[in-house]
Amino acid sequence: MELYQELTKDVRFAEGLKSCMNCGVCTAICPAAEFYDYDPRIIAGILQSKDEKRIEELLKSETIWYCGECMSCKTRCPRGNTVGLMIMALRSLSQELGYFTESEKGRQQLVIKRVVGENIVNKGYCILPENLVPEMHPEQGPVGEWIYENKEKVYERVGANYNGTGEGALRKIPQESLDEINRIFEITGGFERFDKIEHFSKIKAESMGFPEGENDYTDYINHIFTTNNGKHNRQ
Amino acid sequence: MKREGKIQVWQDYQKEIADDHYFYVRSCIRQNFFPGSEQTFLKILRSELKKDIYENPHHTSCSGIGYHSDIVPFETIQTIVARQFALMTEAGYQNLAVSCITSFGIYNEIIETWKEFPSELEKVRNFLKKATGREFEIPQNVAHASDIVYKFRQRIADKAEHPLVNQQTGKPLKIVEHIGCHYSKMFPSKGVGGAEFPHVLVGMIEAWGGEVVDYPERRHCCGFGFRQYLVMSNRGYSLSNSRKKFESMEPYKPDAIVSNCPGCPMFLDRWQYVIEEMEGKTFGENGQGIPVMTYEEMAGLVLGYNPWDMGMQMHQTNVEPLLDKMGIAYDPNLKYAGKDGKLIGKPMMVGCRC
Repeated sequence: MELYQELTKDVRFAEGLKSCMNCGVCTAICPAAEFYDYDPRIIAGILQSKDEKRIEELLKSETIWYCGECMSCKTRCPRGNTVGLMIMALRSLSQELGYFTESEKGRQQLVIKRVVGENIVNKGYCILPENLVPEMHPEQGPVGEWIYENKEKVYERVGANYNGTGEGALRKIPQESLDEINRIFEITGGFERFDKIEHFSKIKAESMGFPEGENDYTDYINHIFTTNNGKHNRQ
Repeated sequence: MKREGKIQVWQDYQKEIADDHYFYVRSCIRQNFFPGSEQTFLKILRSELKKDIYENPHHTSCSGIGYHSDIVPFETIQTIVARQFALMTEAGYQNLAVSCITSFGIYNEIIETWKEFPSELEKVRNFLKKATGREFEIPQNVAHASDIVYKFRQRIADKAEHPLVNQQTGKPLKIVEHIGCHYSKMFPSKGVGGAEFPHVLVGMIEAWGGEVVDYPERRHCCGFGFRQYLVMSNRGYSLSNSRKKFESMEPYKPDAIVSNCPGCPMFLDRWQYVIEEMEGKTFGENGQGIPVMTYEEMAGLVLGYNPWDMGMQMHQTNVEPLLDKMGIAYDPNLKYAGKDGKLIGKPMMVGCRC
């Protein structure tokens, strides 16, 4: 497979990479470049070189998972490039080929799929109050814990319609609408993406010594959710 | 520069915002953290401004957080968005009012993609028809909910009970405005004032008597970064970027922060608590935090709404310092009460400085 040719099939790639002159304005404004060992200018340079070996290295790297997709790079690029869009195309191809499991940050895709992905198809929302378990979200603080422990009453107080019928915030999405969302995922490749994330993650989990167990790779999920080797940041 | 030239330059930063008859789409993040803000927006539009705004219970998440954490393919999100448009078309509406900034960016990205790549539009029409039997028209007007409040800011000012003025000193309150990145960084022409001079919150603050704080990191991202917050081991990214903003705004002594994004006000609120817990550092006056608001909460306070009706008790950083400056009366005993007026229970650390 010609990796560069595959990337060009993604309209976001075609729109994102026009002609980079390597000025580095994207790196100057990038929040990820300030925090991580990350340089969007180099991403654009590698892709523009069409060097298959270096593109494969990128697809297996930690680097492509550092971007926060804030798209600040779009605003300032004097040539109208968007490294954030290049990153989205790279991440899609990395998951398509199973390369994402080669990096600590890439492996995290499984936990995002298990939470956000399954929320979307099962509940119609990306994030639910039930996800904000205090042990997993200490940053939500005592007030977050108070909300979590008293969901029904707090949401009722502020006018939400938590798990209710009809309109309103946090309403229960009708089953017929969830059925439509599921058919959309089936037809457009959404479930195929999910299946690939699961498939390649399970191979990786086994190779790293995490068995399936009784709970569908729970130990692996906990590992990828919390592990940070400390080598990602700018020194 | 001659005035005609200036007008020509600034035309790029103007935006048409529909006047009435909106189809409202909610936000996944906001309904978790600030559901009262969405209710406040609807109350302002319906009760104060007498506008028609319709919500269809069958609309869903746009799947944007999944898309920007790269588990949802572009074809999938395009078709989910097309379904929202189909619901709007079927209900007879043409003006989309979007609660979420991530969704707003996605709607604009997809509509622009369909203009640049008509084959994508045809593909999506076929996907949607096959999956749901539905057909759709592209909205004539796409407004973020903050655009609509901005459009009617003077009418809200005319009804103001509590302007953004420090009642003790008589001086305008100093407000930091934070614009969600996806409001206009991707498509500057889709936001009031573009990406470099976003005016959507500035217009509200100034119309309601406040003063805007200009500080070096004003346009820096809050640090959400999708996967950079969703996964626990990545959250240093999110915290560090918010901290960069706090340190940059601190010397200007802001009275409050306001944002038009779903995630930003939550992060700017919660990370102040985390920094205090980790380092004992606070960024507001008298060892307190800087209160953080959504723009609907700001509008609601100006209009005299009860802060606890709007859900301001769901903030981790106390909002009382701001209420006190504005001269807003509130009952602290009702802060953590339920709909029936009985105490739900209190957070473990009520009264911490943040």
